[in-house]
Amino acid sequence: MLDDKDRIFTNLYGLGDWGLDGARRRGAWSGTKDLLDRGREWLTGEVKASGLRGRGGAGFPTGLKWSFMPKQSDGRPHYLVVNADESEPGTCKDREILRHDPHHLIEGCLIAGRAMDAHTAFIYVRGEFMRERQRLEAAVQQAYDARLIGKDNIHGWDFDIVVHHGAGAYICGEETALMESLEGKKGQPRLKPPFPAGVGLYGNPTTVNNVESIAVVPEILRRGASWFAGLGRENNTGSKLFCVSGHVNNPATFEEEMGTPFDVLIEKHCGGVRGGWDNLLAVIPGGSSVPCVPGEKIRSAQMDFDGLKEVGSSLGTAAVIVMDNSTDIIRAIWRLSAFYKHESCGQCTPCREGTGWMMRVMERMVRGEAQKREIDMLFAVTKQVEGHTICALGDAAAWPIQGLIRNFRHVIEERIDAYTYKSTSDGAVPSVAAE
Amino acid sequence: MAQIKVDGELIEVPDHFTLMQAAEAAGAEIPRFCYHERLSVAGNCRMCLVEVKGGPPKPQASCAMSVRDLRPGPNGEAPEMFTNTPMVKKAREGVMEFLLINHPLDCPICDQGGECDLQDQAMAYGVDTSRYWENKRAVENKHIGPLVKTIMNRCIHCTRCVRFTTEVAGISELGLVGRGEDAEITSYLERSLTSELQGNVIDLCPVGALTSKPYAFQARPWELSKTESVDVMDAVGSSIRVDARGREVMRILPRIHEGVNEEWISDKTRFVWDGLRTQRLDRPYVRKDGKLRAGTWREAFGAIAEAIGKTDGKAIGAIAGDLAAVEEMYALKALMASLGSTNIDSRPAGVALDPAKGRASYIFNPTIAGIEQADAILLVGTNPRREAAVLNARIRKAWRAGNVPVAVIGEQADLTYDYTYLGAGIQSLTDLAGGKGDFAEVFKTAKRPMVIVGEGALAGGPGAQVAAMAAQIARTSGATDEGWNGYAVLHNAAARVGALDIGFVPGKGGMATDAMLKASAKGKLDVLFLLGADEIDVPAIGAETLVVYIGTHGDAGAHRADVILPASTYTEKSGTYVNTEGRVQMTTRAIFSPGDAKEDWAILRALSGVLGKTLPFDSLQALRSALYGEYPHLARLDQIAPGKATDVDRLAGKPEAKGDQAFISPVSDFYLTNPIARASAVMAECSQMMSGIKQAAE
Repeated sequence: MLDDKDRIFTNLYGLGDWGLDGARRRGAWSGTKDLLDRGREWLTGEVKASGLRGRGGAGFPTGLKWSFMPKQSDGRPHYLVVNADESEPGTCKDREILRHDPHHLIEGCLIAGRAMDAHTAFIYVRGEFMRERQRLEAAVQQAYDARLIGKDNIHGWDFDIVVHHGAGAYICGEETALMESLEGKKGQPRLKPPFPAGVGLYGNPTTVNNVESIAVVPEILRRGASWFAGLGRENNTGSKLFCVSGHVNNPATFEEEMGTPFDVLIEKHCGGVRGGWDNLLAVIPGGSSVPCVPGEKIRSAQMDFDGLKEVGSSLGTAAVIVMDNSTDIIRAIWRLSAFYKHESCGQCTPCREGTGWMMRVMERMVRGEAQKREIDMLFAVTKQVEGHTICALGDAAAWPIQGLIRNFRHVIEERIDAYTYKSTSDGAVPSVAAE
Repeated sequence: MAQIKVDGELIEVPDHFTLMQAAEAAGAEIPRFCYHERLSVAGNCRMCLVEVKGGPPKPQASCAMSVRDLRPGPNGEAPEMFTNTPMVKKAREGVMEFLLINHPLDCPICDQGGECDLQDQAMAYGVDTSRYWENKRAVENKHIGPLVKTIMNRCIHCTRCVRFTTEVAGISELGLVGRGEDAEITSYLERSLTSELQGNVIDLCPVGALTSKPYAFQARPWELSKTESVDVMDAVGSSIRVDARGREVMRILPRIHEGVNEEWISDKTRFVWDGLRTQRLDRPYVRKDGKLRAGTWREAFGAIAEAIGKTDGKAIGAIAGDLAAVEEMYALKALMASLGSTNIDSRPAGVALDPAKGRASYIFNPTIAGIEQADAILLVGTNPRREAAVLNARIRKAWRAGNVPVAVIGEQADLTYDYTYLGAGIQSLTDLAGGKGDFAEVFKTAKRPMVIVGEGALAGGPGAQVAAMAAQIARTSGATDEGWNGYAVLHNAAARVGALDIGFVPGKGGMATDAMLKASAKGKLDVLFLLGADEIDVPAIGAETLVVYIGTHGDAGAHRADVILPASTYTEKSGTYVNTEGRVQMTTRAIFSPGDAKEDWAILRALSGVLGKTLPFDSLQALRSALYGEYPHLARLDQIAPGKATDVDRLAGKPEAKGDQAFISPVSDFYLTNPIARASAVMAECSQMMSGIKQAAE
């Protein structure tokens, strides 16, 4: 449970002033110069010590990522890219930061920029976030006007922030596709290696971080790494923004300590599951791309990276999608398959061909119009996609289906039985594909 | 060097090797679709996945991952890769299954059948059943021009064609639009491609999505007889393979020759084959009462003998055309000598090329492969994109790889790479030779500068002066120093260098091409032999001259001729050609000539008998041994007898401008440069498309 004093985002709901004055009252931009003056090594070391893991989904330690940037510049500029292309279904945390606490992000950019010797940051804002972008641009302008950033600013570290507007492709949230898109090309992931820290944006060393990962950094440094590391448990430290949607009484986005048990989280912030805990069917705990977990398994699960791994899923972006018994779970997962099919960039074979195939089989399974052996086939196909693609979109498309088959195979089988029961007298089940 | 274990076998490979190259070095075969040696790495087909130890635990694309990217084991063991484990087998089967689910089962009607990568690899790495019961994807076919046919259902999105057109051909007109399943390859707004190299995408396409439009449904690869030969459409002399069925050439494909064409050929080279069938001269003709009438060889020879009997050597001339092989020019030269004539020429009117000035004065000294080593390039009076499209791709390659500064004096055309434009003609060249301008500085500091002089600059009055100034620029910039000769003459005709090599130029007191034409107009030339010469100013030939045309196509020369002797094209004879860099190459006969047509040298030999000046060879072998005796370097096939740099130094002269003439490339239409191309319907369509007469037909 997170105390109010430990909260980082104190204007999450936009009740206060989002602007520079409000942010200053809430503690932003205080002592920034002192932090910067302690130098690159200290900053990176402190973030490492805080145990902060990337908030964009993969959970890669942020400090470690920063330390991959070349220590000595070879003449090429270093870049910080902030990934604000928040498009994962169910996720709505970065959006709150962008529109209600943008100065946390801007200050974080400056500090992170200092920590990796970057003088330029690009913030890639999701195409659909019109108002958020305007708010962020206004905040950046405020920071320029107050000489907090820009050339010859009061912090002594020249720093420019470029806010870039995406065009609405989910794949541009993948770090290398994002860089391609920033460069003005078609958003298609690049091959790794080379990794962005070596060859990134415009061929220069680049680090791509999530909005939340960057926005929490100033507070961590001000309060000390040990404060942040004291929250949560080892390897899963700190607080985190959770976005709970679906069948709870009060869907909400809120900041909570890592590792809080699922039922506490729901009871405290969301007023419980709709229709009571017995009505809980399944939960997708980390945004659309992680496997779903059946209700009975998740209830006491600790909501952090390791806790959710234990129940066969992952924390992802901490976008919790709660589904009660009224949900057609097959149809829900089919909808996600349709999403990934639509958002696949089409570059590499398994994802381009596999997402469509998986969606079409799922489509039939929603109606029960399938053979039971096709469940295993579908599982095999997801395994054929997973891990064989250039980026992680293939994995993201495969995992929800794998979660469904692992946990709700009986539902699929029942659906098939129910459909087969309606078959014609000679045993034939009409099939769309056979027509 | 880096060590790596491939399937348990420890090998040592250079650091920069990819896993795929390392596997190949170890003898392990890796299937691939999108990877191509000469294009950038895309890594999108995922067919080349391998298992690695010392890297991520997932299958890795071996085309994209470098040996350096793998970490050694905890005790410094070499990293390992596996190409035959269950993980790899499963990955390949999986990718193959994905590629096939939306690929139509139309192999029986597909032109790629029998030479299809997908077909072959499906046999080797696929499974024999399908689990896919959904409907297959349907994609609309795109119009991308008169040469390349698209059947987009078959496309597997490897993007080789996109990468080729953008990187090698230098046009950004093909692309992948849409995303996911709906991604499609298309040209910009479905317009025709504008590259002279677009035909190469047919070879690059690993499936039947891009096939040859003229060749569509004509033949199957296994029923064609394949003959390795050399192209004569331009002076590059690309290596080709002529595929024939019976007496017809069905298609022409490139062969790999690193020194010349790598593995590309121009569209003219590839699609000219329909011109080999049409407008052919297949029997002798003799003009009677002002009209050409088909006759016999005896009649034709009789008419020539009669005319020659009435005159003497001084009033007999011979001009060799652009497609003539060395053998027939040698025979014609010998015949003319025996008739007492020194009026022979192989050069277009007024071009300043003279074998007496040494071989280095007329060949492409730095060689085509040498373009990649050049660090500054000056183009004088040439448009290499039109004159030698494949060579232009080399310049682009050098420009892309090393950002080589290129400057142009001449036409300001789109050459597919950036260049500094210095001016249109001789005045600009004079300035540069005098050391004026920024580029003079660039050129002076360059270590391996290159001056490419085109025929357009050497033609006309001040041609010799241009050559002198170009050589001067080369000399003063150090282009003729030790180990490097940067003076490069870019010819337009396959016959030219060979002709200059055997001295097919006016002898003592002889007339050159323009002098012969003038003499003819004045009625002072009684007999004129045209050895396939159509690019000269034919209407200028006087009415009283008896014109003997030895050639293959009913083109300009044949229309004016009084006697036509039907000969053989480059696909119908074994002939020696010397390309612009001086490389001696030989064509091979792929098919027989139509009708009564004979090989050119044999026609001249037979004629010499009728004229009572029998040439001293009865077979091609005998001719060649005489030829090689006189010009030993012609016997060394695929080799270049290098010119002497001192010849270039001697050629160099003071910069002095006379007039301010602009250089004009002699090739105004890439598609219609020789009689064969002009007889080709495909080339005609391309030409119309390019000149804007005909818009893209749907």
